[in-house]
Amino acid sequence: MSEVPKELQDEIPSFDEEAIHRDHGPVDLTGLTSVRGARSALELGTVVAIAICVFFGLEAILRLTDTPTYIFPKPTAVVRALTDDFWLQYGQHLVVTLEEFFIGFAIGSTIGLILAAVITQKPFVEKVVAPYIIILVVTPMLALVPFLRLSLIRGVSIWPIVAAVALASGPMVLINSATGFRRTDLAKIALARSYGASTFQVFRKIRFPLALPMIIVGYMVGAIFGLLTAIGGEMVSASEEGGLGHQLIYFSSLIRMENFGAVLLIIEVLGLSIYFVFYFIGKRWASWES
Amino acid sequence: MVLSSAAAKPKIEIRGATKVYQAKTGPVHALQDFTLDIEDGELVCIVGLSGCGKTTLLWAAAGLHALTSGEVVVDGTPVTGPRPDEIGMMFQDANLLPWRNIRKNIELPYEIKKQPVDEARVALLLEEVGLTGFQSSFPRELSGGMQQRASIVRALATDPGLLLMDEPFGALDAFTRDEMNLLLMRLWTETSKTIVFVTHNIGEAILLADRIVVMTPRPGRLARIFDVDLPRPRTVAMTFEPSFIELIHEIKGVVERGARPVAGVR
Repeated sequence: MSEVPKELQDEIPSFDEEAIHRDHGPVDLTGLTSVRGARSALELGTVVAIAICVFFGLEAILRLTDTPTYIFPKPTAVVRALTDDFWLQYGQHLVVTLEEFFIGFAIGSTIGLILAAVITQKPFVEKVVAPYIIILVVTPMLALVPFLRLSLIRGVSIWPIVAAVALASGPMVLINSATGFRRTDLAKIALARSYGASTFQVFRKIRFPLALPMIIVGYMVGAIFGLLTAIGGEMVSASEEGGLGHQLIYFSSLIRMENFGAVLLIIEVLGLSIYFVFYFIGKRWASWES
Repeated sequence: MVLSSAAAKPKIEIRGATKVYQAKTGPVHALQDFTLDIEDGELVCIVGLSGCGKTTLLWAAAGLHALTSGEVVVDGTPVTGPRPDEIGMMFQDANLLPWRNIRKNIELPYEIKKQPVDEARVALLLEEVGLTGFQSSFPRELSGGMQQRASIVRALATDPGLLLMDEPFGALDAFTRDEMNLLLMRLWTETSKTIVFVTHNIGEAILLADRIVVMTPRPGRLARIFDVDLPRPRTVAMTFEPSFIELIHEIKGVVERGARPVAGVR
């Protein structure tokens, strides 16, 4: 015979639909996945038109004022610099940055997600751990890269930056996922229990799907923080591996601002890709909310 | 009354059910010494004001939480935890999982029990409640009444002998509620299940029930039991008959008297 589920013992049955939306914890970044983007042809067209206006407007102003490239590169010069010797100047560095980002983010986000699922099971644990998570969130992890390179992970390799990426993205995933796992919908848990669900089944069938929208937000924010840390880490630690951050420093020290602009453009595309990947993941698996 | 049925053991025996919640704000006395027998195949409605322990009683019968003292015995065995094969539970509102479509919602009990889905039975039930063709819809795309129909299919999918229903139609408008009540009575007649139906709508209780149990709040106690001897099948038209309205007033009186402190008792 099955046992009475413990989590319902002293819960006065309530069916407040609002309850699951109320507690968003200290850092609420849900807004990121619900930005209202352009949809209709008119809206999309306007967005593109503004981009074209900025591109050629900037070009015209820079030409009319005869601004030298080392003060501000012309958009056309940036595009030309981007296509010039792409693999040597950008391509191989893009690969290094992506490598650091993906390995670091995979490690950090996995640990963050698992920790979130574990600590939210016990309010005591959560409250004790919370200040340390906040410390991790507010620490600029890219500042650790030179330290990690010297002390912990010797030699020239991508690993100090991977560690920094993991440390930057992990807490972001953790803090948002914890917000998700903290949602408890008593009626839905009771429903699963009434069919004889085990604690693990309640987690898999109820708690996890309920938390998923917040988990996706955490992954998005964590990925963006991870990318910034990877690039920043490359900037602060001259490594032989290179990377897009390394190229930023390299080009700016040579005052090759059109190449600098080209690197920035690539980083822009990377960041937007991350945003859209998680935006569409959210649309596919978390659209039931809102 | 046939002798054999009188000799049979009741489907549910509630013995001195008492429940005190240890809430953060202090103990909450929800249920006090509640005793009741419910026969096999009976449709019993429990009526009372909000907070009179109706849901607490139902959750205890479903094995979702333990009583502080007393016991609930179903089919001769005390309830010590959820018994999904014998006891089905319907909750306030439809309580569908918003991230699953109707088909996946109905398959939930099978998934949890790790049983193959009884496709034929589900199809038959969907047909019965008029939801065929909505399997791939998501709950938010359906009206409250349709959500509740899906919820009924889910509750009946694994064929429990006892259905505990906790104000399932409370959030519906009056017309949809009538419709759902007729559907429930039809299903009940066809399947001969035992149903315990909690509501705060007295008219609904009279329309559905063989017996109506009135409870008093804080702590919940049994106030009085009414036998409803309206002929079956019952119709919505019956709810406008003078005898029906008279019964509503009588039950309402008991509910309200129970809510007030009795003179001389503090």
